[in-house]
Amino acid sequence: MHPTWVIAKRELAGYFDSLVAYILLIVFLGLTGLFTWLIGADVFLRKQADLQVFFEVAQLTLLLFIPAITMRQFAEEKRTGTIELLLTKNVTNRQVVLGKFLSCLLMVCIALLFTLPYYITVANLGNLDHGATLCGYLGLILMASAYISIGLFASTITNNQIVAFLLSLFIGLAFHFLFDAIGSGMTGWFGSFFKMLSISNHFDSISRGVIDSKDIFYFATIILLGLFLAEWNIGKRD
Amino acid sequence: MDISIQNLTKTYGFQKAVDNISFEVKTGEILGFLGPNGAGKTTTMKIITGYIDGDQGEVFIGGKAVKSGETKRHIGYLPEHNPLYTEMPVIDYLAFCASIQGMDKGLIPERIRYMVRVCGLDAEKHKKIGELSKGYRQRVGLAQAMIHDPEILILDEPTTGLDPNQIVEIRELIKNIGKEKTVILSTHILPEVEATCDRILIINKGKIVADGTAATLRKQAQGQQVLQVRIEDGSTNDIFEKLRALPSVAMVDILDQAANRFEVQSVQDAASNRDVFNLCVKNKWALTEMVPFETRLEDIFRDLTLN
Repeated sequence: MHPTWVIAKRELAGYFDSLVAYILLIVFLGLTGLFTWLIGADVFLRKQADLQVFFEVAQLTLLLFIPAITMRQFAEEKRTGTIELLLTKNVTNRQVVLGKFLSCLLMVCIALLFTLPYYITVANLGNLDHGATLCGYLGLILMASAYISIGLFASTITNNQIVAFLLSLFIGLAFHFLFDAIGSGMTGWFGSFFKMLSISNHFDSISRGVIDSKDIFYFATIILLGLFLAEWNIGKRD
Repeated sequence: MDISIQNLTKTYGFQKAVDNISFEVKTGEILGFLGPNGAGKTTTMKIITGYIDGDQGEVFIGGKAVKSGETKRHIGYLPEHNPLYTEMPVIDYLAFCASIQGMDKGLIPERIRYMVRVCGLDAEKHKKIGELSKGYRQRVGLAQAMIHDPEILILDEPTTGLDPNQIVEIRELIKNIGKEKTVILSTHILPEVEATCDRILIINKGKIVADGTAATLRKQAQGQQVLQVRIEDGSTNDIFEKLRALPSVAMVDILDQAANRFEVQSVQDAASNRDVFNLCVKNKWALTEMVPFETRLEDIFRDLTLN
């Protein structure tokens, strides 16, 4: 078995062995389900067969959910010293980072998999735009990957899980709201630069059903940069 | 597989943790790594395992540089505080370690059974590591280090937290493994080094201060023979004077006047026991005790590291 996969499997099993996975799944499905079906501008109020509300709530829930699953990845290993044992095994720093990334991504994918009943139900209620919905899911996965790589990076710079959580939440919030707000308040190249940095803008563009290479390039850059910084961080040790 | 350390230096700030040390360990050798706290033992071991890099110098394992990363799979490592994933059951943890080391999937269950038996973990194998006592955790640490049958074992204080019976068992285990593999173990327990190791390396302030077997270290440190003797049937002063007059004796101390006990130190590189015996025979004294005084490893250690 490939070492990356061995690490991913162990981490994923760890989420399910502790209560973390169940709590997060219940919170994620509860929040998205509540807003999609029961309260606020839900499907029945809007009389629109789409998953627009689900995607909006899912974005925000993932923004919180992901720092909670990435925070322990390196911070806990550094605190207990198991990182030394792990990195002296027959693995490279990159394999360790990728394995942990994969486990978090699988965790998010499992959560998204449980929302398939929403998709099936809405598709039966009316004329659902399947292309746009699939793009919405793709957007969520790309966005989640970006937050995971930011979260992993935050986890490598501290051995305190709470610090890692807050730091990745803060960076996530900046990418989600702050950059867009700054961008909207300014004009010229400076404003468009910050608008370009905003994750939500790129997510919206994908979830409308248009897969632009610019958006893919944007997410790929954040993901790779986060993973690279995480790898670099665990590589420098005394 | 041999380990070769060449001119290794590692500096933390202004402090040299390891200062230009070089040594080799051959296959089938168990090297005991001694030194006071902060002497650079753990740093050296971390560099050998590739966890940290030295500032200068190189470490080669089986001819390959540790920096290349290709040596990792040949090494089994038990770090200083024995860090483990406490939330995992023993068996799952060993399976994880075996597969991450790239062991063939088909061989893993058999190997785990073997390690569980050898390390005496049978009764605890389904428990979570966090629920185990310190001694059992230490066994899990040893089991994970040896799970992939590595050529090289690096053990940082392997017997801490074990009870005396377990210590004997683990020593035997290490000794058996050491017949074919290369083992470096660090410890504070000096009798342990004598019991387990073929060779002793003492480092102090990042420098090697002694290297050899326990016997050669003794010889180097001692050079002179120290005897404790008890001689009856003579007056204390008379015996004292006559002992002092022996050519092979450098110094005599009266330990106990009433019982006529003396400590006799020979001159450098000579033995005085025969002369003392002959002296007693000549004077018709009864020699009721003669105990050669061995320099203990503790004293050698203190001599070399306290300065």
